[in-house]
Amino acid sequence: MNAALPILEAERPVLLANQVEKTYPNGTQALQRLKLEIGRGEFVSLLGPSGCGKSTLLKMFAGLEQPSAGHLRWWGKGAIDQAAQDQRLAMVFQEATLMPWAKVADNVRLPLDLAKVAKAESAPRVQAALELVGLGTFGGVYPRELSGGMQMRASIARALATEPNLLLMDEPFGALDEFTRNRLDSDLRQLWAARDLTVVFVTHSIYEAVFLSSRVVVMGARPGRVIADVAIDGPAERDEAFRTSAGFIQQCARLSALLAEANGEGGH
Amino acid sequence: MSTQPTPWLANPAMQKILAPLLVGAFLLGLWQALCVGLEVPVYLVPSPMDIGRTLITDGPMLLGALWMTLKITFLSFALAVVLGVAAAFLFVQSRIIEASLFPYAILLQVTPVVAIAPLIIIWVSNTTLALVICATLVAIFPVISNTVLGLRSVNPGLLNLFRLNRASRWQTLLRLRIPSALPYFFGGLRIASGLALIGAVVAEFVAGTGGTGAGLAYQILQAGFQLNIPRLFAALVLIAVTGVALFSLMAALASYCLGHWHDSEQG
Repeated sequence: MNAALPILEAERPVLLANQVEKTYPNGTQALQRLKLEIGRGEFVSLLGPSGCGKSTLLKMFAGLEQPSAGHLRWWGKGAIDQAAQDQRLAMVFQEATLMPWAKVADNVRLPLDLAKVAKAESAPRVQAALELVGLGTFGGVYPRELSGGMQMRASIARALATEPNLLLMDEPFGALDEFTRNRLDSDLRQLWAARDLTVVFVTHSIYEAVFLSSRVVVMGARPGRVIADVAIDGPAERDEAFRTSAGFIQQCARLSALLAEANGEGGH
Repeated sequence: MSTQPTPWLANPAMQKILAPLLVGAFLLGLWQALCVGLEVPVYLVPSPMDIGRTLITDGPMLLGALWMTLKITFLSFALAVVLGVAAAFLFVQSRIIEASLFPYAILLQVTPVVAIAPLIIIWVSNTTLALVICATLVAIFPVISNTVLGLRSVNPGLLNLFRLNRASRWQTLLRLRIPSALPYFFGGLRIASGLALIGAVVAEFVAGTGGTGAGLAYQILQAGFQLNIPRLFAALVLIAVTGVALFSLMAALASYCLGHWHDSEQG
């Protein structure tokens, strides 16, 4: 019985949203009967115009909002269990949301501190996370001394320090210039490829979605719903060459057409 | 060495100290010149030199009075900070508590201390304690309102992060709410320090000649009765200097605690 359990766990989707709805008290329907399944190791982007409920859905995945109807499952369970091995969840927000009064290393250590991990154990993990995002020598500075892109890197390091299995990202690079955004996208893709990590990434950039994802969920607005679920075809290792390849541009065009169609439908 | 005379003048920190000093010196000079030139009698407007002389001759007496006023100021300031912060923590526990108690905090703010000081002085037989209570009433409101504002001004993204990581109420308070509140708290301290001094002086005025070991307000009253105008001005100078010193002290404290991270302390 116990021996069979790990196999069962592995087959369960990391995230499952079943007939999930979100209606706000003022009657706005943010999400309508949404069904979505995300498997282990996927990189899924939620792509759509503002108001399509993609951020709301992500907040539900993070347990920060409750659905009005339907249910969510994390690794088959009805609640997030941050203490469970291999079922850890971390989130990166639209802004870096670093504590301005704490040094970068202390910011990155925060989730470990909150989980009461001893300093002796957390210090090397913090340093490793900082090195992973290219901020190895910046642990001792305050966030205000970093550029916007570096602050975002610190925010990602904070998420990685908990060694998450599921990483939720809510338009993390939306406020950055295109050059910085492309660099961070490349780095993120490498980070994902190098570890057993499932990523759900919210964006309204078609290019970013195609570049990063193994799968793109296209959403429409008013009410928020899934329009299309598109697998992205691309090499495992993606670089600048992929950005300019015919396949990349074709897939962008396809997603763009899907989005336009959805907005045409909704635009009354 | 004198080849480059400008650097210390061009230094912004130097300018910050030097510019007001120069303005002060100019105004004092003008005052002195007018007093001498127009032969203003000393019992109307004493010249700065007269005031300076009085400060020296009456020094021991005035310093004793200053000490008394300072004692009341510091005691009431400390009391206002402790009680104000405690009240603020109580208020942010729930909207109901805040809604039911905040109007009474405002009541403290809008009631003129001169109106209630006589009552307090009658009720509390210990003069020093009565004066401390009056000054505390004046100084406490900015501490309460600023600390409440600060404890509520938490970045919602950070609050979500704390929730996501299952932070306890205590952890959120200690690691998020209190640090977020500090800039507002120090703003409150700056205002409260000045108000504590004003409260102390006003309360002394109301208490009048009653108390022993009387403070600067008592000296001002006495000097007024005796038409000893230079002494009156000398006492005023001491109060003004004390107020500026208190403000600078609070500014330095804020800069020490926030300088490395908060925007208000940059540049």
